[in-house]
Amino acid sequence: MDMSIVLQAGVATGTALLFATLGELLAERSGIMNLGVEGMMLLGAMAAYWVSAHYGVPWMGVIIGMLAAGLISQIHAFITINLRADQVVSGLSLNFLAAGVSVVLGEGLNSIKGVAILPSFTIPLLSQIPWIGKIFFTNQGILVYIGYLVFPLVWYFINRTRQGLHLRAVGEFPAAADSLGINVYRMRYLYVFIGGLFAGLAGAAISLSISPGWFSEKTTSGEGWIAVGLVIFAQWNPIRAAFGAYIFGALRRLVLDIQGPMMILGLANPFYYNPYFGFFLQMLPYAFTIIVLVLGSREAIKKRIGTPAALGIPYIRGERGM
Amino acid sequence: MPKEEVPDLKVIAHMQGIRKRFPGVLANDQVDFELREGEVHALLGENGAGKSTLMNILAGLYHPDSGTINIRGKQVSFNSPQDAIKVGIGMIHQHFMLVPSQTVTENVLLGLNDPPFIINLKDYDDKIRQLGERLGLIVDPRAKIWQLTVGEQQRVEILKMLYRGTNVLIMDEPTAVLAPSEIEDLFLTLRKMTAEGKSIVFISHKLNEITEISDRVTVLRRGKVTASGINTRETTREKLAELMVGREVLFRIDKKPVKPGDVVLSVENVQAENDKNLQSLRGLSLQVRAGEIVGLAGVAGNGQSELAEVITGLRKCTAGKICIHGQDTTNQSTLTSIRQGVSHIPEDRTHVGSAPNLSITDNVIMKNYNQQPIGMGWLINSLAANRFATKLKDEYEITAPLINTPVRLLSGGNLQRVILAREISSKPKLMVAVQPTRGLDVGAIEGVQRLLMQQREAGAAVLLISEELEELLSLSDRIYIIYEGQIMGEVTDGDIRKIGLMMTGTPLDKIGKEITEEDGK
Ligand SMILES: Nc1ncnc2c1ncn2[C@@H]1O[C@H](COP(=O)(O)OP(=O)(O)OP(=O)(O)O)[C@@H](O)[C@H]1O
Ligand SMILES: [Mg+2]
Repeated sequence: MDMSIVLQAGVATGTALLFATLGELLAERSGIMNLGVEGMMLLGAMAAYWVSAHYGVPWMGVIIGMLAAGLISQIHAFITINLRADQVVSGLSLNFLAAGVSVVLGEGLNSIKGVAILPSFTIPLLSQIPWIGKIFFTNQGILVYIGYLVFPLVWYFINRTRQGLHLRAVGEFPAAADSLGINVYRMRYLYVFIGGLFAGLAGAAISLSISPGWFSEKTTSGEGWIAVGLVIFAQWNPIRAAFGAYIFGALRRLVLDIQGPMMILGLANPFYYNPYFGFFLQMLPYAFTIIVLVLGSREAIKKRIGTPAALGIPYIRGERGM
Repeated sequence: MPKEEVPDLKVIAHMQGIRKRFPGVLANDQVDFELREGEVHALLGENGAGKSTLMNILAGLYHPDSGTINIRGKQVSFNSPQDAIKVGIGMIHQHFMLVPSQTVTENVLLGLNDPPFIINLKDYDDKIRQLGERLGLIVDPRAKIWQLTVGEQQRVEILKMLYRGTNVLIMDEPTAVLAPSEIEDLFLTLRKMTAEGKSIVFISHKLNEITEISDRVTVLRRGKVTASGINTRETTREKLAELMVGREVLFRIDKKPVKPGDVVLSVENVQAENDKNLQSLRGLSLQVRAGEIVGLAGVAGNGQSELAEVITGLRKCTAGKICIHGQDTTNQSTLTSIRQGVSHIPEDRTHVGSAPNLSITDNVIMKNYNQQPIGMGWLINSLAANRFATKLKDEYEITAPLINTPVRLLSGGNLQRVILAREISSKPKLMVAVQPTRGLDVGAIEGVQRLLMQQREAGAAVLLISEELEELLSLSDRIYIIYEGQIMGEVTDGDIRKIGLMMTGTPLDKIGKEITEEDGK
């Protein structure tokens, strides 16, 4: 088992996690938690693959996948922003809806052969750097490279631009933002939409690049849930989110690859001989998500890790005594 | 057509015939208000008189049902606060609208179109620092809001408005949350602003502040104007008080002699932590007897709130002992202390003292809902509850449309009356009152103080925690002074010099020397 190959594949897997995490992070920064990430990813993956399978243009697939997920996210926006329903309940429902739609519409997609996928390539000079070059810049999908650019940009956007300042204000203290003429509702709709676009991109990255194909709900196999956990783990910081996404990407690869060889470090590989150990490994990412969600919902911890203060709270203008 | 009056050039804003109705109340009834250039115009009135409503209309937050607003002679109609800001009118509300996790500069820039995309905070930090220095608004532009004191946060609010080019600044009870020294700083700033030709509307209940800072006063009573732009210099505190309350107000409360009885509350060497897990009470001891009001003086944040919470069972103490009527109630539940006859008027009226979304009835029965006749086993007798609430509403003069009005819709003074009604009607043996008159008008203050006096005469022990020295001096039989979670000493003769020294951390036994030394010089 060559470690650098595991890590190389891990970075690719991590890219899907990265996009999904960044999208959820932006939505949560505006005050809306969307637990439908997994479903939106599936929809993006299915739509992207469907378009590429029928029209042969993978880029068009990416765009349609993003738009599909972005549009379906607006149901959640309407329910939580206008109807002020509970964000957890609405997010979970969105998840089932989007996943259901994807599985139904994706029926039979896997039997189509020769679907065009996104290109992969090696970056000339950077790939010569020892270790790093092999892991990050050799034979990666184009979206992986785009991922390297996106997360610093998202950080810069949030922390150094006017729109980012407004986004933070809306998630922390919407009444203050409203009093200065920022349209809180519009901002929240917009960032839920952007969150959807990112989730769709994450799905398209999987179905058209990272592990191409349509395997119904196994396509994303729970990565959307890990993304939700990663947002908290990252404390709503895009740089930390990228670290988390790549580390988890690598861990997921490791979980798959470690069950392959009979011997590890000259010893018998327990994961090879006992499938239950493998199941246990596969469970770990979800256990992580649950633990992070539970810990992250404690009031004292929320303060310390900088949870957006208005996260989960509907905004009503001019409410007296609130 | 009758010829229009030539608008006085110096009149900046003129509101005429403003009327605004809320469900059940006529908050503003044919109100006229005129603001001139370069003046501080005080707006005075009882709680619920409609001051905030009138100014919310001028600031574009509410739309009047009828009436006109002229700005520099031109009629305007605002649909949002932004419209008002565009013509130079900005309002600072009772609750600050600042994002705690952002810096001063970020808060000032919020909502503006400049810069269009990328913000280089350093450039703006300097700009904002300079603006602040010009007007005596000293605050570090890079500091996060949560790190600032209330006074500094208020400066940020003012900067926010000035940065937007405001020349009419409306301040809704700006001094209610400030320490005395901060009030002085604020007044200096206000004077510098008026010297630059800006106008200020100053809402306050404190008559001495109004006579100190304002040029003219408009008084509202129950939504109507009772005095319109009179010169402050030509009036007196007494006259203003009468205009706002509609009757003479006694500024002196007469204290009947009451012989103190047994010790009701005894606090021995209590230690406790605050919300940030820092030691806030460090071995504090005091006693309160039946039939006396004991004041606790001190600068805010020296452990007063924690002490009140420890006594009423809302906070655990880490060491020490609290006895009520000789019974150990240390770290018992609030229910135990309620059974012991403890009543609590908390500092935070909207979150601790009341449930904002519940009705007046639900709020007043919170302590006796499980007792006859209101409680009937598992059930609540809503007839009895309503009867009880109606009785209290009349007795304590709570002004509200109905007894099932949610208390969040009440004005500050009326909300305080709801809490007082609940706490006093339970016939307490010990009353812990924290800042009971903060934000109330003179009439309401008089009422609250009289109620506390009645408790004293009825033989209750009252612990009065306040930052208003004047109030403590006029009500209390004795005054303890708290500093950093410890009692510095006790004053029975109302010696302000001693109190001041102890409030800044000199224990009583060291004071004797200092004062004689000073006198010797
Ligand atoms: N948004 C609202 N909805 C319903 N009633 C309201 C609302 N705002 C104010 N009122 C009512 O209008 C009246 C005037 O309230 P306002 O807040 O203007 O009084 P105020 O003079 O500012 O009092 P205070 O000194 O207590 O702040 C009160 O009876 C209040 O209950
Ligand atoms: Mg008011």
